[in-house]
Amino acid sequence: MKAVCWMGTEKISVENVPDPEILNPRDAIVKITSTCICGSDLHLYNGLIPTMEQGDILGHEFMGEVVEVGVGIDREKLKAGDRVVVPFTIACGRCFFCERQLWSCCDNSNPNYWIAERMMGYSPSGLFGYTHMMGGYAGGQAQYARVPYADVGPIKIPDGIPDERVVFLSDIFPTGYFGALNCDIQRGDTVAVWGCGPVAQFAIRSAFMLGAERVIAIDRFPYRLRMAEEAGAETVNYEEVDDVVETLKEMTGHIGPDSCIDAVGMEAHDNSLMYFLDKAKQTMRVETDRPIVLRQCIQACRKGGTVSVPGVYAGFDDKVPMGAFMNKGLTMKTGQTHMMRYMRPLLERVEKGEIDPSFVVSHRVPIKRAPEMYKKFRDKQDHCTKVVLDPWANGAVAA
Amino acid sequence: MNSATVIGRSSARSRAEAAQRWGALIGGSAVAVFGLTRRSPAGYALAAAGGTLAYLGVKNSSAVRDYEARASVLLNCTPDEAYNFWHKFEDLPLFMRHLDSVSQVGERRFRWVAIGPMGVRVRWEAEIVSDRTNELIAWRSLPGSDLFIEGEVRFGAATGNRGTLVETRMRYSSPAGALGRAVTTLFGKNPSFLAQQDLRRFKALVETGEIPTTEGQPHGRRSAITAAARWANPDRPIRRESRASEVLSAMRRIA
Repeated sequence: MKAVCWMGTEKISVENVPDPEILNPRDAIVKITSTCICGSDLHLYNGLIPTMEQGDILGHEFMGEVVEVGVGIDREKLKAGDRVVVPFTIACGRCFFCERQLWSCCDNSNPNYWIAERMMGYSPSGLFGYTHMMGGYAGGQAQYARVPYADVGPIKIPDGIPDERVVFLSDIFPTGYFGALNCDIQRGDTVAVWGCGPVAQFAIRSAFMLGAERVIAIDRFPYRLRMAEEAGAETVNYEEVDDVVETLKEMTGHIGPDSCIDAVGMEAHDNSLMYFLDKAKQTMRVETDRPIVLRQCIQACRKGGTVSVPGVYAGFDDKVPMGAFMNKGLTMKTGQTHMMRYMRPLLERVEKGEIDPSFVVSHRVPIKRAPEMYKKFRDKQDHCTKVVLDPWANGAVAA
Repeated sequence: MNSATVIGRSSARSRAEAAQRWGALIGGSAVAVFGLTRRSPAGYALAAAGGTLAYLGVKNSSAVRDYEARASVLLNCTPDEAYNFWHKFEDLPLFMRHLDSVSQVGERRFRWVAIGPMGVRVRWEAEIVSDRTNELIAWRSLPGSDLFIEGEVRFGAATGNRGTLVETRMRYSSPAGALGRAVTTLFGKNPSFLAQQDLRRFKALVETGEIPTTEGQPHGRRSAITAAARWANPDRPIRRESRASEVLSAMRRIA
């Protein structure tokens, strides 16, 4: 089959690899019909998350048709022919954490748990196509994928809804929703969202759904800010203001946003001296992340407010203003999304027509164009917001 | 994660020994490299001396022969489920990857076969010396075995209805000789780490009916560096993962 492989920093290639096989009783094999490039894949593209190996298959946002299930799977739950969206976190469904709905903290799904333990104390769940520290599972930017514990994660999708409306249930829609939910929004709240990428777009829309009165979105790309405006957000282009924190103060009568969402993560940009310092440290591998947005969130948040972090951080961060965090009595909520909590209710919202997630799609291309799309997405060329790959198409299709 | 505890030695003393060993290894290597870069007879002599020192440093570090391995895990099941699973000794190799097989040879006697470096098989017979239902199983190797092993596993109800706390403790010592050294090298990887990995697999097996794995999944071209790094990884499993069919048939036997 064809698969998008990580061959080194900024080296992506579409390789012919063997088809996946059932390895465990509760596995399933899914024939993939749509698969996406996630913003978090760009951290791998840029070579900034440790424990990738040449030849690893990328991708964690995919859906398709079940073609085979293992003997350990109850056919009532899943059988060949079912159309499913697969969540990016892998959860066993039986451990302490799964029983408490903390699906992304599953204790059994990461066979390389001990690598993660060395960095984090304890290991989160396994993820598709996202480093060996997170399990080393082959990803879903391919024609087929093996899905472990397939009776827990995949959600069945009725026929008649196009792929593009549901494929984002695999990660970014629930992740944006989780980011907004973590803000504990009260009716009338003001929420500031850093970044206007796909996760942020869903966070903005979810914040309104959850009762926020004002959402302020911060980015530097006009086409992304426009997309946030379309959802009803006020926008700040951080390249056009002197200081984001001051701007937010002015916009909120010097009280600050009730909650701040960091939908950017470890590769934030800025024009400050601190940015260049972080960038240099990251390049020299003495700091894994550039926590510019995290610092701004903590500074900008109103006293007693909440900082929600759906953006990905990999390791260790310098100069996080812990004094501000403590003295202002802030709360921070974060985590990889507990996918299985939110996929079903969000699917219902899509079915009812309350939201059509396909608005984020900017490019639909055959899988063989994945290498150029990684670059285009990273460099924000051609108004790229979201790339959907068709694993079976040959020709290009205009967006 | 505990590192290996050397029985009968104070930790201060073993720290001092470790410092000496590392000193010899690093200092000796540095002298050897310096000598080689001189490209002269005196330089080569210096390199040889440095190499010898480094070698002694390494050799000395593998002279330790007694180990204790401890591990513990919280299982989301009742003590009797965990106890019953462990009590089927023949199935221990499913999650203990340094074991080749365990077979019953008497009422309370089992023959254990472990896999050493280069595939060397190490055998011992062990007798169950204590067996308290849903609480504890303890075993000890019999005279005439390739090595001395004393092991026990305890099952206790965890606080807050959180399942079962499983704790294992094993002591190994090997007699002199090539085989003994082979075993020492095997377990010298870090016995507690290996034991903890075994317990994690045990937990996965009991809770989910399978052991998570990525062995056998597809991937693109690997580089020579990746291949070498995988081979040299000290935590590389000693043998392949148990097959799904083996796991399934064991689960049926236990059920």
